[in-house]
Amino acid sequence: MATSAMHPTLFINARLVDPAAGREERGGLLVAEGVIRDRGAHLTVPAAPEGAEIIDCRGQVLAPGLVDMRAFVGEPGAEHRETLKTASEAAAAGGVTTIVCMPDTDPVIDEPAIVDFVLRRARDTAIVNVHPAAALTKGLEGREMTEFGLLTEAGAVAFTDGARSVTNAQVMRRALTYARDFGVLILHHVEDPDLVGDGVMNEGERASRLGLLGIPREAETIMLERDLRLVRLTGARYHAAMISCADSVGLVERAKADGLPVTCGVSINNLTLNETDIGDYRTFLKLSPPLRSEDDRLAVVEALARGVIDVVVSDHNPQDVETKRLPFAEAADGAIGLETLLSAGLRAVHAGQIGLPRLLHALSTKPAELLGLPGGRLAAGAPADIIVLDPDAPYVLDKAELHSRSKNTPFDEARLQGRVLRTFVGGRQVYEASDASA
Amino acid sequence: MQVARAGWKLAASRESTYSGGFKMTAAAPRHVFSQRHLLGIEGLSPFDITALLDMADEAVEVSRQVEKKRATLRGRTQINLFFEPSTRTQSSFELAGKRLGADVMNMSVASSSVKKGETLIDTAATLNAMRPDIIVVRHHAAGAVHLLARKVDCSVVNAGDGAHEHPTQALLDAQTIRRNKGRIEGLTVAICGDILHSRVARSNILLLQALGARVRCIGPSTLLPAGIERFGVEVFTDMRKGLVDADIVMMLRLQRERMNGSFVPSVREYFRYFGLDREKLALARPDALVMHPGPMNRGVEIASDVADGAQSLIREQVEMGVAVRMAVLEALARNLPNS
Repeated sequence: MATSAMHPTLFINARLVDPAAGREERGGLLVAEGVIRDRGAHLTVPAAPEGAEIIDCRGQVLAPGLVDMRAFVGEPGAEHRETLKTASEAAAAGGVTTIVCMPDTDPVIDEPAIVDFVLRRARDTAIVNVHPAAALTKGLEGREMTEFGLLTEAGAVAFTDGARSVTNAQVMRRALTYARDFGVLILHHVEDPDLVGDGVMNEGERASRLGLLGIPREAETIMLERDLRLVRLTGARYHAAMISCADSVGLVERAKADGLPVTCGVSINNLTLNETDIGDYRTFLKLSPPLRSEDDRLAVVEALARGVIDVVVSDHNPQDVETKRLPFAEAADGAIGLETLLSAGLRAVHAGQIGLPRLLHALSTKPAELLGLPGGRLAAGAPADIIVLDPDAPYVLDKAELHSRSKNTPFDEARLQGRVLRTFVGGRQVYEASDASA
Repeated sequence: MQVARAGWKLAASRESTYSGGFKMTAAAPRHVFSQRHLLGIEGLSPFDITALLDMADEAVEVSRQVEKKRATLRGRTQINLFFEPSTRTQSSFELAGKRLGADVMNMSVASSSVKKGETLIDTAATLNAMRPDIIVVRHHAAGAVHLLARKVDCSVVNAGDGAHEHPTQALLDAQTIRRNKGRIEGLTVAICGDILHSRVARSNILLLQALGARVRCIGPSTLLPAGIERFGVEVFTDMRKGLVDADIVMMLRLQRERMNGSFVPSVREYFRYFGLDREKLALARPDALVMHPGPMNRGVEIASDVADGAQSLIREQVEMGVAVRMAVLEALARNLPNS
């Protein structure tokens, strides 16, 4: 039963978790015309306005929908892997109400017309909010900067070369300098391709035992440190898309202490998995940045809990049999993640390493704030992008049940705990788990 | 040779556990090799390894007779699928299969003409449909043989996958050592050269350690894999120090494309510091023996007079290669479903 945006909706008996306010309370939430109108303990059945639909949350968590700052979609150009429609269905099932799609498409999102195309396609086919990130350099080639002003006007929310790093420091310096004038946010994948070389997984004993060439942590830290110095030079708003190791945590922490306008993210994969999960050459765990050691994983979990890491992303990257059913070194990087983002993230909550509000802050409030989007909070006036979540429900993931067009999940057959029961975008229900009203 | 023979007999009478196709010497089998595939030394127990070496000793005798042919694999089909060119390993497997009576088919897929990856799976599916009993695979990518083994119904033998493993090379090296030194336990084995890219080194480290040898790895740091010290080996970047008291000096091939500035500056510098010549060999034990998996780069990693000298086991390694592969093929064939 789809809830119309026309009628008011009253959620009752909810455990309201508002990461923006950093607090939890029991109570209800009133939604009308796609916007949150009121919330609090006073919102019970008698408080329902005329004609309102009432949804009993039965004590489950009501929280802002997730804002995923990093998803590769495949439309335009690789629709056989994922379309905006299928990505948005996967997102809805995972409680993600806003996707930022990466510009690594064919053609690349480096022209206002392509931004416009993606926004129109999303409007017509997607069931969650979609915002494109535009290319930082034309064609993602790392040479000439794109039209930050025009692209922003067209609707781009950030600038990034997606899975690629800008290796030329001069290009990066100019882009950051110019970006500052427009106040736009630069997202950067920090990985020096020369130091990566032929490496395919974290450098160390595991790689050596598997006979695979390693990627040193310095591929990340050297690029990150260069960027931080350029931020110091230019003053641009800079976000390191994903960091993966303890050394990078230290670099970001110092930059923040120095007052630089720097934030960073972590992939759900680096937060929940380590290099030993690769096992016997499981290509779904071939990722960029690579899965690191357990010490590194613990360091990023701890940095997330402390707020040194600002954002958690799915790094959703659909790949098919042709790019993944290959020997490890020849397989493409990437794993899908939109639908498992929250369940996987809850592992850290269940392990007692991080509180639920803090996790949700990094999954909704903070990314919305960085991107200048209105979501990520349960406050009056905010868009009714919300989820009902049972944070404890256990299940075993079956990749056949995933909504994404590609099935390259690193969590196949994994035991997860925590399910999204319902997802609302602008007050409209876009997902309901089959057992949500049971 | 006298000493070596005696040592081997001692080892064989103590450890022979083999019963089956070849003439038997020991009584009841103590250990049954129960693996379906041979994908690596990793995952084999010391008992598995010893059982294969004992079988290989029997196979040496078979190969030294005029009548070299056995019927153990009669009716069986063996496919040698080589994605990387290899004269020596491929002919060794071919001979081993033929001596056991198998029908052997060679498929050399030049990697240039292969559209990588999907072709591997497609080729596996195609070959599988021809109902072979054993596929012997060499591939340039680590893990490719594991991937293929998951897609076929027959037994798979890893004949080398990228820089991962080359189990039959390690077995033949162990057998060569055992026959010449009478044991493996307690020996000091120095593996020298390009450890980083070497599947031979990885398989040998695992096997020699499983049988109780002390393993040293010697090479310039650019050719040592990260975390090598955590393999339980002693690491030396000074070959002269690493060779002291070594019982076995095992040289590795240095690929031509790695010689000129990418990993080491030049051939002459490499030979000066890491090539095995008489002078450096003299630092090892006086009865030290020299090995090389071949093909050799004379004057790069090994001097000709050492390669051809009295301490060299390089030719014997080739003979043991056939024997070890016979043992592996037979051990796997015994575990085939309709066997």
